[in-house]
Amino acid sequence: MIALRPDLAAIAAHIPVGARVLDVGCGDGALMAALRDQKGIDARGMELDATNVADAVTRGLAVVQGDADTDLADYPDDSFDYAILSQTLQTTRRPDLVLDQLLRIGKQAFVSFPNFAQWKIRFAHMFGGRMPVTRQLPHRWYDTPNIHHVTIDDFKSFVKERGYTIEGEWYLTGEKQRGAAMANLLAEHAVFLLKR
Amino acid sequence: MSEDGRFGLDRRTKLLGPVRLDSGVQFAPVEFAYETYGELNADKSNAILICHALTMDQYVASKHPITGKPGWWLSMVGPGKPIDPTRHCVICINVMGSCLGSSGPASFDPGTGQPYAMDFPVITIADMVRAQAILLDHLGIERLACVIGGSMGGMQALTWASLFPDRVQSAIVIASTARHSAQNIAFHEVGRQAIMADPNWQGGNYYGSVEQPDAGLAVARMAAHITYMSEEGLTQKFGRQLQDRESKTFGFDADFQIESYLRHQGLSFVERFDANSYLYITRAMDYYDLAEDHGGVLAKAFQGTRTRFCLISFDSDWLYPTIESKRVVQALNAAGAAASFVELSSPFGHDAFLLDAPEMNRIIDGFLKAGAL
Repeated sequence: MIALRPDLAAIAAHIPVGARVLDVGCGDGALMAALRDQKGIDARGMELDATNVADAVTRGLAVVQGDADTDLADYPDDSFDYAILSQTLQTTRRPDLVLDQLLRIGKQAFVSFPNFAQWKIRFAHMFGGRMPVTRQLPHRWYDTPNIHHVTIDDFKSFVKERGYTIEGEWYLTGEKQRGAAMANLLAEHAVFLLKR
Repeated sequence: MSEDGRFGLDRRTKLLGPVRLDSGVQFAPVEFAYETYGELNADKSNAILICHALTMDQYVASKHPITGKPGWWLSMVGPGKPIDPTRHCVICINVMGSCLGSSGPASFDPGTGQPYAMDFPVITIADMVRAQAILLDHLGIERLACVIGGSMGGMQALTWASLFPDRVQSAIVIASTARHSAQNIAFHEVGRQAIMADPNWQGGNYYGSVEQPDAGLAVARMAAHITYMSEEGLTQKFGRQLQDRESKTFGFDADFQIESYLRHQGLSFVERFDANSYLYITRAMDYYDLAEDHGGVLAKAFQGTRTRFCLISFDSDWLYPTIESKRVVQALNAAGAAASFVELSSPFGHDAFLLDAPEMNRIIDGFLKAGAL
């Protein structure tokens, strides 16, 4: 079995057996498959790319092709215990509205994203004078799907403005988890668990 | 090989029924023409019902008795294909109202000894499904591992899952919809009017005549055939190319290749299809609105379902466009059903589901195998 991406592993570790889960932007269904195999969870997924959806279906997962920006409105209120949005927030047209949808559909929401304030990115921008191209953000300015870059501090203040609570936060650099101290400067990725 | 005469190629049977039709009529006896491929396993857990489209029939993977053409879904059904008779027991039943051996307007009314013609009751998609359930009872198949169909076959698959949730483990719905739109009804009405405007139709009582309503039925087919193809597909295949001539004739012969093609489609169709069946089946499709019996709320048609669903649409299909599949998916989500949905890319319009579509096959194969099939 291929190991889960670290942010997905952090999310999987905190979802209890029997939970109802919607994975938005589920890719080929790696997290959903892990939740099924490790915890017997019958998760549901949404994914934009048809080939990824097909891959997930052939794994026996229930995944529908859809766009987080437009198709989350199709799900009833409170239909899931957890809505997950991993590495997708920064690709949406309206991250604010997507987050509202997540916390309408799910009682809680896991959101993970690459931290645009990590020191390597700051350096690349400050000294290179160019849009940063890094391990977690490998695209160039013109072909990047990441149209709404966000930093950990931006996200936290946004969550506060929106009136949601942070139930859990995890920070990652490479494969390793790290503490919350100076996370905005040091962490490559952040995972948040939010509640209405 | 099974010695059981109920299974095999080109089966016919007459059952007492009755089928309780939506119109209120109790229809009996009921004739069935069907084919099965492969063997039912010991615990009867490998049965796959294929539901056919408007003008298709039970000859999914064997030679058509009239046209001599190979089965209509050989890309999907056969050894090594997603639906595989070496693993699955595959059943396809000519729908009620059709003309390849199941009860329809051309079959004989035991009360009069004459063809039913327009005395055949108006049927619905749900009626077709209830009739199929009677045949499956006869075959001793309580539970279907999968019901699969494209177009009108997809409507039946959805209806199966809604009417008999405990009998359907999974449903695959391709290039289909949960209701006929005004545009869908409009095209069908053009076809029906073409048939009924043909003097040879004779109010439907043409079965004893030499003259048949072929012209009307051919026009109906031509109009419908346009809806099965995309504009892009038509342009690619025909463009404005002329048919076996150097220049326009300034007449009304089939100057353009597309005209010649449509005429050929119309003419070859009348050899294998009954005009009255075309009226009845298009009516059944027009009456189809799965949400209607549930206060207009489609999700209620699937409340509490444990069936696994897989929906596939094609981006160039304007007859049952992706938005219709998404409406179904939305309802299934609301019902909490395990549903998958993919829109595939194809230049071939609605007919794409009948053609080689490797990605569709990969998805269906994976979906079935994931259900331990």
